[in-house]
Amino acid sequence: MSKFQKKNAKAKQEVPTTAMPDIVFMLLIFFMVTTVLREVTLQVRVELTRAENIEKIEQKRLVSYIYIGPRIVGNNVYGETRVQIDDALIDELVFIRRIMYDKLLEQPRLIVSLRVDRESEMGMVNDVQQELREAGTLQINYSTRRLQ
Amino acid sequence: MFGKKKERREAEIPSSSLADIAFLLLVFFLVVTTIDVDTGIGLVLPPPPDDTTPPPPIRERNLMKILVNSQGMVLINGQPTAVEEVRERVVEFVDNANRANSPDLSVSPQAAIVSIQTARQTPYDVYINMLDEVRGAYAELRNSASMQQFGVRYDQYSDSVERPADDVIRQMYPMNVSIAEPDPGN
Repeated sequence: MSKFQKKNAKAKQEVPTTAMPDIVFMLLIFFMVTTVLREVTLQVRVELTRAENIEKIEQKRLVSYIYIGPRIVGNNVYGETRVQIDDALIDELVFIRRIMYDKLLEQPRLIVSLRVDRESEMGMVNDVQQELREAGTLQINYSTRRLQ
Repeated sequence: MFGKKKERREAEIPSSSLADIAFLLLVFFLVVTTIDVDTGIGLVLPPPPDDTTPPPPIRERNLMKILVNSQGMVLINGQPTAVEEVRERVVEFVDNANRANSPDLSVSPQAAIVSIQTARQTPYDVYINMLDEVRGAYAELRNSASMQQFGVRYDQYSDSVERPADDVIRQMYPMNVSIAEPDPGN
């Protein structure tokens, strides 16, 4: 009897938790560094195409997105093809030049990622590319998903 | 006198809730983070056209013209070609040195230029498929060259190279894809 009691009293082992805040902080800093907070609300439909020979964009901070696709009017109702940069629809394509030039001044190694709806036509894409050439943002990327 | 002062208890900030605060922030960032990496086909656009400087002279045989027309049909140097055949044709065109030195194909892989032109009504996904095939052709060429010289696949080799300038395979097969000036009309 006394044997058991003795054992019970002695066995009070604890996991040391003093280092826990440090570990948590490490994780926290990792996620803070990797997070890109800005997300836009899409006003155009962007269903990406799929391709096989694609590359990853490692530095997400260098990337600026241009969305091209049919405008979302209502539930499953789509309007004409429009261009969206950040949160705004672009009324005239000439504006792209100014916007992208300003972005290029901020980030000289800018990569423009074109997120184009799969049912778009090349005319709009070419027009946007011409504006990008005028702006001097020559590094572009056609956003595609990996082929399954 | 001094000794007495030192014995006084030091004021401490309670730090037991530090972990809780850190956890809260951690959970917030965990939820907000998007892990999915962006993938795509990279390309460098040509600088805007300049009226004063004429385009550099290119020999006809070093240029492969790929036209994707408004019906989504692919024409290579004027011949209609299926999208699935583009890869084969590009490999043949770029890697002429290894073959019979045909006078119709490129002088060397370094000189080979693939020019891509589209019409306004060209479907975007056909264009991307075609671009994908061209990239696939170069990946194939680089892979086989890398296997021959180093015995590893190209992606493994390029990972082991520290500076891009040292990448021998890339210098052997530089990807010269040019986007042609789009037609202003139609």
